[in-house]
Amino acid sequence: MADTATFSPSRRFVLGAVSFGAAGFAVGCDFRPADAAAGPVTQNMLGPYVRVGSDNTVTVFLRHLEMGQGVSTGLTTIVAEEIDADWSQMRFEHSPANDALYGNPAFGGMMGTGGSTAIFSSWEQLRAAGASAREMLRQAAAKKWGVDAATVMVAKGQVTSGNHKASFGELATEASALTPPDPKSLKYKEASAYEFIGKERDPAKSLGRLDTPGKVHATAQYALDYHPEGMLTAVIARSPKFGGKVASFDDTAAKAVAGVTDVVQVPNGVAVVATNFWAARKGREALKVTWDDSAAEKRSSAAMFEDYRKLLAKPGLEARKEGKGAAGLQGAGQVITADFEFPFLVHAPMEPLNCVIDYKPGESCSYHSGSQMPTNDQRAIFTVLGLKPEQVSVVTHVAGGSFGRRATPDADLASEAAHLAKALNGKAPVKLMWTREDDIRTGKYRPMNVHRMTARVNNGAIEAWGDRTAIQSIMEGTPFLPPGTPDLSSIEGSNDIAYAIPNISVDVHLVKNPVPILWWRSVGHTHTAYAKEHFFDVAARKAGKDPIELRRQLLAKEPRQLGVLNLAVEKAGTLPAGQTRGVAVHHSFSSYVAEVADVTVNADGTFKVERVVCAVDCGTVINPDVVRAQMEGGIGYGLSAILGEALTIKDGAPVQSNFYDYAPLRMAQMPKIEVYMIASTEPPTGVGEPGVPPIGPAVANALLASTGKTYNKLPLGLKA
Amino acid sequence: MKLTINGKDQEYAGEEDRPLLWYLREDLKMTGTKFGCGVAACGACTVLVDGQPTRACITPAASLEGKKITTIEGLNTPAGQAVQKAWSELDVVQCGWCQSGQMMAATALLEQTPKPTEQQITDGMTSNICRCATYHRIRGAVARASEIMG
Repeated sequence: MADTATFSPSRRFVLGAVSFGAAGFAVGCDFRPADAAAGPVTQNMLGPYVRVGSDNTVTVFLRHLEMGQGVSTGLTTIVAEEIDADWSQMRFEHSPANDALYGNPAFGGMMGTGGSTAIFSSWEQLRAAGASAREMLRQAAAKKWGVDAATVMVAKGQVTSGNHKASFGELATEASALTPPDPKSLKYKEASAYEFIGKERDPAKSLGRLDTPGKVHATAQYALDYHPEGMLTAVIARSPKFGGKVASFDDTAAKAVAGVTDVVQVPNGVAVVATNFWAARKGREALKVTWDDSAAEKRSSAAMFEDYRKLLAKPGLEARKEGKGAAGLQGAGQVITADFEFPFLVHAPMEPLNCVIDYKPGESCSYHSGSQMPTNDQRAIFTVLGLKPEQVSVVTHVAGGSFGRRATPDADLASEAAHLAKALNGKAPVKLMWTREDDIRTGKYRPMNVHRMTARVNNGAIEAWGDRTAIQSIMEGTPFLPPGTPDLSSIEGSNDIAYAIPNISVDVHLVKNPVPILWWRSVGHTHTAYAKEHFFDVAARKAGKDPIELRRQLLAKEPRQLGVLNLAVEKAGTLPAGQTRGVAVHHSFSSYVAEVADVTVNADGTFKVERVVCAVDCGTVINPDVVRAQMEGGIGYGLSAILGEALTIKDGAPVQSNFYDYAPLRMAQMPKIEVYMIASTEPPTGVGEPGVPPIGPAVANALLASTGKTYNKLPLGLKA
Repeated sequence: MKLTINGKDQEYAGEEDRPLLWYLREDLKMTGTKFGCGVAACGACTVLVDGQPTRACITPAASLEGKKITTIEGLNTPAGQAVQKAWSELDVVQCGWCQSGQMMAATALLEQTPKPTEQQITDGMTSNICRCATYHRIRGAVARASEIMG
């Protein structure tokens, strides 16, 4: 999603938001089973985010989805610090769907995970939640022991005063009955006293990821693993072409498949429902659907690119002007230009989209999924089913990846499920599954786009810079963009180019295209960083300058960009013989990342990325190993896209189907990675996405250094 | 027909062509084995059949009579235990969806090659996709598991 600064709650959005009060508390709570010998575990809330069990566990309610990015550890760390817990007692759980209690300020108050906002937007709130709970435990202890609260100390999960001593669990019931203290009275720890924040795991793993045990021992329950009694499973036959509709269908053969129970039409296709997945899939194969393609897309990718390029002949919406703007591109020296083409990309999280919906007509509906926008899904469901908001409960499961795919403003999955449930009239709980083919072929994609990059180089300097893009708008039509406002989020990273170039012109054509699109890990930066950083090297070399030196010169007033650039270059050290090196630096989601890529170009023209050195400035580091993991993963995800990913369209339908033709990065292509963090006391900023943007241009710059070519058509493929 | 899954006999009476994956997940409620692609391209569904890494998503359950099937839920060999310990120590997982398959593949690799070279690790693991790209840590964890095994 866009940089946090571009999020502002529009009037429409605020009106559309629905609050559900505290009714949802029992929903979504995965209570740990009580130890029979110890008696039942009672649970006590110390504010909306912290629950202390009589078994002495401290559970932090996550308003964000754990989808691999580590929020279950990062957010919990902040609470553990201020409540002064012992790490071993910390647990996490997804919060119920409730905007009033768990809305994300960066999403205008709606619950949402995205835009690398989890830590950034929760920092003050969770410090307060931890400090408040700690104060409630102190007050409860003082009351119980009849001592002055000022004498009560909390450390490492123990509450003490003189000879009195109690665990959190022993005080939880009394503490939960108290009124939380005035937030203004809360006192936070000094950074120098931190026990958890910024600390590395020790060999005993005292600060390890909280989601590791469940995922290593396969006890974590994802939505696809949820299987209520009597559940049916459905798959949907959707139009092969974008914009096609069902004209008619013949379900005779589908219904003849053993296990198929129902075939029902839903707005975007025909659902085949069965007692198990295999039967549903076979039923779908046997189903005959005639599609009405009269309003469907008919073009292929090449024609779309041609249409986009035609637009680039004229100026678009102005997004940035420095000096003379576009007029500055004319003048003394040499003008260079190149069109950068970026294909549609699929998120392809390893766990395909799925959910379980259990509808009791006129009464209630429960919805299980791994969603980045649970209240948005809830709204879609009660709207379709004609229920009251409080009749729809949403249970959030850990998700098997997302990369943006589970944050859909149109609630695509939840809507499909609700229509399916309605068509089945509450016959049974139903699991709606997307196969991998559905995932690759249905959308939604990182929008394809073309950047026309232009620079005027004179006397060893880049005197003018032009970056004109043609791309679909992601935000248009969503609650995140007020109507009538041009969407500049698709060119974030282009319009805030930080180089001190005297003449800059950035503009955009927002294109209409029926192919469904969505934010894809690092959103606009997926292409803007590539065009900006690779073309910078092209221009620098044209000017006869070393690209790293020229960056340092033009970023002289950008200390945080310069900081990561210098750290990455220093740590990269000497380039091994026979290799070539490229560097890129980029600011996204309020964080700063530089990456150095060392690449071997073989005699046959093939190449291999050997090593990537990454430096990140994300303000205060909450959990260094989670930051490291996100940089490693971001580099791999970005590299995967630039090396080999493209979703192409032929005659209005996707060409690729599954992982054999939409080919993600594999271990053999994964470089060695080193991650370094800038020590900082600035507020923490996001790390889920900022690792992605610099890797593409760093690799392209390494290839450019070796071959002298401009790499302006993505993906790069196998040869340099 | 009898299938032996994690040392326990199970009676399979389903369709001839139904893949083992769905029998495990839907009938036995053993959901540790994951669905990723359905065409043996990603390895999320990897189980061991007589010690060999096998794609449960395309292997009919009915074809496995008399074979020893091991899933993540029954990974109790020295190599399997070492793999899970190393995966925990290094905090390999991110989303975690592919990791059962990764750990099964790693176990098979280490059972056949207890002291793998870096190249052997890559060769043994490169057919398992991880979209979170935890490959960097998987490499380290396989090496660490080999150390733990002694």
